[in-house]
Amino acid sequence: MTTLESTVDITGRYDPVIGLETHVELGTASKMFCGCPTTFGAEPNTQVCPVCLGLPGSLPVPNEVAVESTIRIGLALHCEIASWCRFARKNYFYPDMPKNFQISQYDEPLCTDGYLDVTVEGRTVRVEIERVHLEEDTGKSLHVGGATGRIHGADHSLVDYNRAGIPLVEIVTKPVTGTGALAPEIGRAYVTELRELLRSLGVSDVRMEQGSLRCDVNVSLSPAGSGVWGTRSETKNVNSLRSVERAIRYEMSRQAELLDRGARVVQETRHFHEDNGRTTPGRSKEEATDYRYFPEPDLVPLAPDAGWVNRLRATLPELPAQRRARLAGELGATDFEMESMANAGVVELVAATAAAGAPPAEARNWWLGYLAQEANKRELEPADLGVTPEQVARIIALVDEGTLSVALGRQVIDVILEAGGDVDTIVAERGLQVVSDSDALGQAADEAIAAKPDIAEKVRAGKINAVGPLIGDVRRAVPQADAATVRTILLEKLGVSGG
Amino acid sequence: MTEQELDVFAGQLDVILGSVARVGEVAAADIEPTTHAVPLRNVLRPDEVGPCLDRSVVLAQAPAVEDNRFRVPRILDDEQ
Amino acid sequence: MSELTYLGAAEIAVAIAAGDVSAEEVTRAHLDRIEQVDGMVRAFLHVDTDGALDAARRVDADRAAGRDLGPLAGVPLAMKDVVVTQGLPTTAGSKILEGWIPPYDATITRKIKDAGIVMLGKTNMDEFAMGSSTENSAFHPTHNPWDLDRIPGGSSGGSSAAVSAFEAALGIGTDTGGSIRQPAAVTGIVGHKPTYGGVSRYGLIAFSSSLDQAGPFGRTVLDAALLHEVIGGHDPLDSTSIPQPVPPVAAAARDGARADLTGVRVAVVRELGGEGYQPGVLAAFQEAVSTLRALGATVLEVSCPHFDYALAAYYLIAPSECSSNLARFDGVRYGLRVGDDGVRSLEDVMSLTREAGFGPEVKRRIMIGTYALSSGYYDAYYGQAQKVRTLISRDFAAAFEQADVLVSPSSPFVAFGIGERIDDPMAMYVNDLCTLPASLAGTPAISVPCGLSEGLPVGLQVMAPALADDRCYRVAAALEADHGHPLTEEAPAL
Repeated sequence: MTTLESTVDITGRYDPVIGLETHVELGTASKMFCGCPTTFGAEPNTQVCPVCLGLPGSLPVPNEVAVESTIRIGLALHCEIASWCRFARKNYFYPDMPKNFQISQYDEPLCTDGYLDVTVEGRTVRVEIERVHLEEDTGKSLHVGGATGRIHGADHSLVDYNRAGIPLVEIVTKPVTGTGALAPEIGRAYVTELRELLRSLGVSDVRMEQGSLRCDVNVSLSPAGSGVWGTRSETKNVNSLRSVERAIRYEMSRQAELLDRGARVVQETRHFHEDNGRTTPGRSKEEATDYRYFPEPDLVPLAPDAGWVNRLRATLPELPAQRRARLAGELGATDFEMESMANAGVVELVAATAAAGAPPAEARNWWLGYLAQEANKRELEPADLGVTPEQVARIIALVDEGTLSVALGRQVIDVILEAGGDVDTIVAERGLQVVSDSDALGQAADEAIAAKPDIAEKVRAGKINAVGPLIGDVRRAVPQADAATVRTILLEKLGVSGG
Repeated sequence: MTEQELDVFAGQLDVILGSVARVGEVAAADIEPTTHAVPLRNVLRPDEVGPCLDRSVVLAQAPAVEDNRFRVPRILDDEQ
Repeated sequence: MSELTYLGAAEIAVAIAAGDVSAEEVTRAHLDRIEQVDGMVRAFLHVDTDGALDAARRVDADRAAGRDLGPLAGVPLAMKDVVVTQGLPTTAGSKILEGWIPPYDATITRKIKDAGIVMLGKTNMDEFAMGSSTENSAFHPTHNPWDLDRIPGGSSGGSSAAVSAFEAALGIGTDTGGSIRQPAAVTGIVGHKPTYGGVSRYGLIAFSSSLDQAGPFGRTVLDAALLHEVIGGHDPLDSTSIPQPVPPVAAAARDGARADLTGVRVAVVRELGGEGYQPGVLAAFQEAVSTLRALGATVLEVSCPHFDYALAAYYLIAPSECSSNLARFDGVRYGLRVGDDGVRSLEDVMSLTREAGFGPEVKRRIMIGTYALSSGYYDAYYGQAQKVRTLISRDFAAAFEQADVLVSPSSPFVAFGIGERIDDPMAMYVNDLCTLPASLAGTPAISVPCGLSEGLPVGLQVMAPALADDRCYRVAAALEADHGHPLTEEAPAL
């Protein structure tokens, strides 16, 4: 399979069913069951104690803030909060788990039966939440000696327990049906929206690239209209929002191809590959591991009473959906525009840019336009580009007042992306102030163009590189101008874009 | 375990399991399981950082160490 | 000098505080006694001579500086090797932890040290506390000081034997299904299992988490009570530890010593006696009950029908929990690692390690536990057994409406011969018949000597409601006062 069949075509024959399991590392100061710090990136095995190492005799004591964060997440997802529930031991052997069991929750999760609405291409889908529960994270293994750093072919492994015991919240959706061809986009939109929600609650820094938000994607296909559910695969190692979408898309295509030729979809865990967007098989889950769950005898039940839950409810911030509704009003944006911004992950950025003084529509244009484009090119979230709303607002202001052209504004952004810096400083240092009638640079450019009409003609006709001599002319006239700026101005005046 | 040990074990386990299966005799449909003698709820600790173990002490007792990590033999492949 | 080892803990503490003798002298006397008799008794796995003398000298220095000494300062103690002690080898009686030196102290270790009590060393036990005879120790059996060919009980046989043999004035044991009470009974000393949650489990190498409790051994009821007050109390490091204060057990012991039980209702549990119990044990028990009556108690009989299911429930719950608690022993982070030749996989090394490191009883219970928890069997086994606990608790509650304490023999037998029952697990498991109900209900229970049968000690078990440990001590002290002297004074010389 070299190219993937389009989801539109696939959904002509099959109804996709997707499910998402998300693990969120809570941003508490200390671990779930002990007082070890949780800071990322510490020297290996320096943030451990008898409890998180599982030394003989050690006992767990649950972190109050972790429990409260879980309840708040459940409330924000419109879940029922259990009035009484317990932790459970999930027993299996693995070196990154010091006790060879994980303290988790089994048949008594803290939160159940909620939902999160996501909107894609004008369609709102209610993703139902099966459960939200609390557990502890495992340590991290490095596999040494193999070609890829993964287990396969490794000679031995090295374990660091700093991460062992960090609080983890697991959020599991119910199977999401009726998504049709938009299944990949809906999966991505769900994780995007969930991430926004978690961020607004302040419970985690939700950085997929650092592992504080992890996603497993389940996909199955059912013959169109049959109502008979297919076998599902579970795909792990989905480390970005884009990967969520690609993984679903790939699985739909792979499973459709199998089913088309009468083959069977195997129930298994698959591994997503960032580089080519494919999944490969891992452990077969035909025989599910028996985790021998039983209630954790070292812990007592959690019984959040109504008073406690209501106090926590009162701490909920304005949730993203409500906030967007309010911002839509403030920003004067249509539903479609809000959705575009939400799906591009720029709602907050646009709002902040508007708050910094920019007209909302222009803030939107910049973030959905050039900035989103640059983010995609670099495979980054717009929020991680390194350009602040304040900087964008300043650029917009300079463009609006005529000091910069749009093209020069983009150039400022390029400089910020390259080297950071303050907008006004960059403009001054590089002499980016745009042409005005009294402006020396603009005048020099006009004169250079007028003096060499043949060259001007060539450039207008598309031979961009022919503009070189004109650059030289302008720079002789205005020695302090920098070449890139001059080029931009000339091209602008000649009415061509030149990149 | 040797074959002989296994035989002895299996016999003993049978006897033990047989006797403990009696537990099923007791009518238990509506009975709540007991967890603790003095029922406790919501025992939690504040989210505060406390002292960690010194790494040298942690690794001193380890059977094998490399790069300040616990070294273990190759894990059987669970991915392909 | 050697008379010092015959003093009780309370007496030693008073003598040290008064300056009649130094803590160092007392400790040396006990170390000498260990050297003299432990070759025969074999109670200790590790004697910490330097540490003990240091601790004793610190008490002497405190006294010299006029600082307040605790009520047990300078008293020598034997610590069961299931309790984690920083810097001192801790094996839980198992090869899989041979050589492990913990980097931290159990809470009770810390409390004992803070109280100025002198820890002489770590004592022998059935491996991971699984057993009733200390024969399951991976290292060697311990011998009953009353008859060296006999078992000292288990799993806390080492601590019990050490106290019984005058090697230490106090001992710490742990009781999961009877592992303090039964050894105390068969070695002729006092041993108490506190209300579950009454003593911190932080630092107790876990066997069955919902049943394990650390508790005191002493040759007298008061000694045990004084130690109980040192180790008991809420611990923020143990989620299952109860927030209530330690019951007033020392005061109860002193009060009981007046030997007046007027107004106390004592109930004999019908199901804990009769067939399967040695006649000599039953005779000694009956005599003890008569004595209680003579001291003013009202004696009645109660029936606790679900006690008959205690053995079955225990042998499902304890193995299930232990199969999970012992999973961490895999050769990765500490302890034994076998078979790591650079070629074998981790899975193989873990298997080989556990195969070599665990003894047969431990393996047996891990297998039973793994099976009982496996999917499809949870409800029938572990789930059901937890419900039986509720029924047993209800039986206790009903009984405690009619009586203040319940009594029974602590064990159906006196000490049996080493090797006599080791090949028949079921024959070994019935040692626990008397002690299991209180374990499953989490209620307090003490064993106090109540006479001899065939020249071997018999223990009386006194059970009370949760948090009413003081009632156990009071009744036990009354019986002891009536006898006039600790039973250990009647033991044959070693």
